[in-house]
Amino acid sequence: MSLPLLLILLMILLAVGGYGIAAARQPGGSRRVYGATLVICVILLLLALARLLAGQGVQTLILPFGLPWLGAYFQLDALSAFFLVVVNLGGAIASLFALGYGQHERSPERVLPFFPAFLAGMNLVLVAGDAFSFLFAWEFMSISSWALVMAHHQESANARAGYLYLVMAFFGTLTLLLAFGLLAGADGGYTFGAMRAHVVSPGLAALVLVLALLGAGSKAGVVPLHVWLPLAHPAAPSHVSALMSGVMTKVAVYGFIRIVFDLLGEPVAWWWGGVVLALGGVTALLGVLYALMQHDLKRLLAYHTVENIGIIFIGLGLALAFQANLMYASAALALTAALFHVLNHSLFKSLLFLGSGAVLTATGERDMEHLGGLIRPMPWTALAFLIGAAAISALPPLNGFVSEWLTFQAILISPELPQWMLKFLVPAVGALLALSAALAATCFVKAFGITFLGRPRSPVAAQARETDLYSLTAMFILAGLCLLAGILPGLVVDGLSAAVGQLNGSALLPVQRSQPWLTLVPVTDVKSTYNGLLMLLFIGVSGFTAAWLIHRLASGRVRRGPAWDCGFPEPSPMTQYTAGSFAQPIRRVFGSILFQARERVVMPPPGDLRPARLEVEIHDPIWERGYVPVVNAVVAVSSRFNYLQYLTIRRYLGLVFGALVVLLLGMVLWR
Amino acid sequence: MALMADYLVQGCQMALMLLLAPLLTGWIRWVKARLLRRRGPSILQPYRDLLKLLRKEVVLADSASWLFRVAPYLIFSALWVGASLVPTFASGLPFSWAADLIAIVALLGTARFFLALAGLDVGTSFGGIGSSREMMIASLAEPAMLMMVFTLSLLAGTTELSSVARFMSTADVGLRVSLALSLLALIMVAIAENARIPVDNPATHLELTMVHEAMVLEYSGRHLALIELSSSLKLLLYFSLIGCIFAPWGMATAGSTPGAYLYGTAIYMAKLALGGFLLALFETSIAKMRVFRVDEFLGAALMLGLLGALLLFVSRGL
Repeated sequence: MSLPLLLILLMILLAVGGYGIAAARQPGGSRRVYGATLVICVILLLLALARLLAGQGVQTLILPFGLPWLGAYFQLDALSAFFLVVVNLGGAIASLFALGYGQHERSPERVLPFFPAFLAGMNLVLVAGDAFSFLFAWEFMSISSWALVMAHHQESANARAGYLYLVMAFFGTLTLLLAFGLLAGADGGYTFGAMRAHVVSPGLAALVLVLALLGAGSKAGVVPLHVWLPLAHPAAPSHVSALMSGVMTKVAVYGFIRIVFDLLGEPVAWWWGGVVLALGGVTALLGVLYALMQHDLKRLLAYHTVENIGIIFIGLGLALAFQANLMYASAALALTAALFHVLNHSLFKSLLFLGSGAVLTATGERDMEHLGGLIRPMPWTALAFLIGAAAISALPPLNGFVSEWLTFQAILISPELPQWMLKFLVPAVGALLALSAALAATCFVKAFGITFLGRPRSPVAAQARETDLYSLTAMFILAGLCLLAGILPGLVVDGLSAAVGQLNGSALLPVQRSQPWLTLVPVTDVKSTYNGLLMLLFIGVSGFTAAWLIHRLASGRVRRGPAWDCGFPEPSPMTQYTAGSFAQPIRRVFGSILFQARERVVMPPPGDLRPARLEVEIHDPIWERGYVPVVNAVVAVSSRFNYLQYLTIRRYLGLVFGALVVLLLGMVLWR
Repeated sequence: MALMADYLVQGCQMALMLLLAPLLTGWIRWVKARLLRRRGPSILQPYRDLLKLLRKEVVLADSASWLFRVAPYLIFSALWVGASLVPTFASGLPFSWAADLIAIVALLGTARFFLALAGLDVGTSFGGIGSSREMMIASLAEPAMLMMVFTLSLLAGTTELSSVARFMSTADVGLRVSLALSLLALIMVAIAENARIPVDNPATHLELTMVHEAMVLEYSGRHLALIELSSSLKLLLYFSLIGCIFAPWGMATAGSTPGAYLYGTAIYMAKLALGGFLLALFETSIAKMRVFRVDEFLGAALMLGLLGALLLFVSRGL
């Protein structure tokens, strides 16, 4: 029953997009559009949640449009339902935020029509039941998000980001198209059911895996296909950035899971898991190191999405490796960790992007070097952002820690894997994961500390005002969910069980609801347990008792005075640590090799009145080594062939004739 | 009744941590002073300092926010809970399952996160230098510590600290290369994380290479008392951790007689005294290193930890 209702709601969402064209010109039109998307997303969220908790089972629907001989297939199973929950939760919160934030939009006509369309596109990808409707919805999602990225296209950086995004999106769709073609085989059964039934030879299956990694990975931001992501995500309005980073990357993860775990069937070779695992580890570490080098708040968050995608792919890679060795109980743990992190990342990354949107509204500034001290004018935004920052840094008792803990537990049961390569790879990836978790904390001390703490570094930061109530509500709902998922992880794990079981031959983790004290027990209680609720309780009680006792028995007096700073306080806020100087030790330790970071002090000669300058030079190895040669080659080839545009008519005719002869010759030889 | 007794022992453990932490700091300072041929302050001096600080008023910088005032309580409670979760005189206490070793490492991370934020809050250059360097050190020390956790849990088959301690006191352990490597890694991490020489100097204030002291420079009064107590607790936590993993002898198990608990406590304090003496000896015999040598020091710890874990992934016998 829920699938037709869901599709009808998606149609309404598209209609709201159509209304958005008219609404952009009316006063209060944006409120109506975002109000409508909020209501629809909440209904979709409830439907999906009900479907997820109902357990396994597939619901399908065939509609008579799409390709003439195929029709359009739609399906709803536990996996789709889980991702529908993620998408519509993000969509509802982003709409709520935009009820306030959208009022500040300079060009609403470029946002309002595409925002509902973007939401509808992401939902459609998740319920598509055949290759054609999947790819159609995927492209629809890409194009509508591209339009949102280009909302402020007057800035040349945004136009460049949009162009790069478009190129990478088409590349991704192309590889997915090829993957589906291989999955369907020569007979061309393009429905998911037919693809599941069709057995692919091991060589072709490996090719499908690689194509899916390229296609879904380029959308999700797997290194080295991530280059568009940190440019495009921040370019969009902030509530759209939250959706793109927090939610659309998850739709890409869904695409990967659907193709590799579901349509492709059981993994044939152990090295599949190894490849995904290694990519995940490299993505996690590089993502966070890139993020640490940024001083644009939104770009830092976008790079950090790359890190979290890496963590998700580490879980997926482990699950593939376990499944290839028929260790389904262990695979269930790895899959649960990955899906849990999908949910967590959608929560805290949306929260952080919304927080950066609130900062952007209040100050008009994204560059952290011009911010600072915002915790005083914007205490509530600061608190919500702090919770998000602590959650993403994997600090207990918040939710980010739980999924990383589960991933570590999955790594710790992997010595039972028989392959030698994996035995070496898994601890190395574990070290990469540990390193990126620690660096993430550094990254968010920097992001929160430089933006919200200290003294204001510019007049706009000093004159900031707290954001509106809608935006605050949206952020605090997400912050509350981060805390809830952190202290009651067992309930989340139980909720995920239907999706995990569907991908994993029905092998599951033990039921967590019935554990005493709601403790998280992934394998057995002699192996490892964690109880976030009790941690929160202990920390809360001991902290409050200490505060109460000290104020009661010792002293509660406070005197304000100027900062001490070892006796040499400097009144100018320019003497504070900046984003660049905070990251300098990390740049020196990790960046000197990876980014070829060089620091140079330019000292003018005596008598010259110019100030001395510290110049920092950072290279992006992936862009410079991987992409620039390709771009140069394309430019060189196309400028070579440029003269073809200026031929006389005789030469054109000769060219056509020559092409015909060559093709005919080819036909003859082929026969 | 047995349950009540269990909870009582857990409470004793928490109180013991709080009481012993300043004593350990005082003991190390006294031994160091003696090794330097000074008389040194009494072992009880840290208690007196804490009481003095608690009674004084707090002088807050004008630019300090609420985070600056909340952070000491948060840091203190996170470290206190973390220290109480490490088995000291007895293993298998009623709440030992609430957090495993990975969670304890992460709790240390929570405390560090808020300390670094507090360093940035007032907006002074010293606070920034401390926070920035502390996080640089931590981003190498924490993974090294997690690698040590990997090694242990691969050996013991669990990340529960009580079970690890019980496993380590049986004869199945034997002498292993991987354990030696991870002991070395853990000691290096402990030195770095507790701001000891050669990574940082806990006794100095006006030095450009200081890390931990730079972060807490703006704290005064009861806030400073809590911060000082927290760093003592952290030191005690690392001592207990090394003790319970690598020297798990004489530990009582849950539900034993009061006599066994007392014996366990005596043994534990003897371990602390020995460990404190060794640390003081080490600190007086080595010079502090430059800040940008610390990454090599901790990189070595990370590699040792990784090597230990890798050996176990390859063969359970190593």
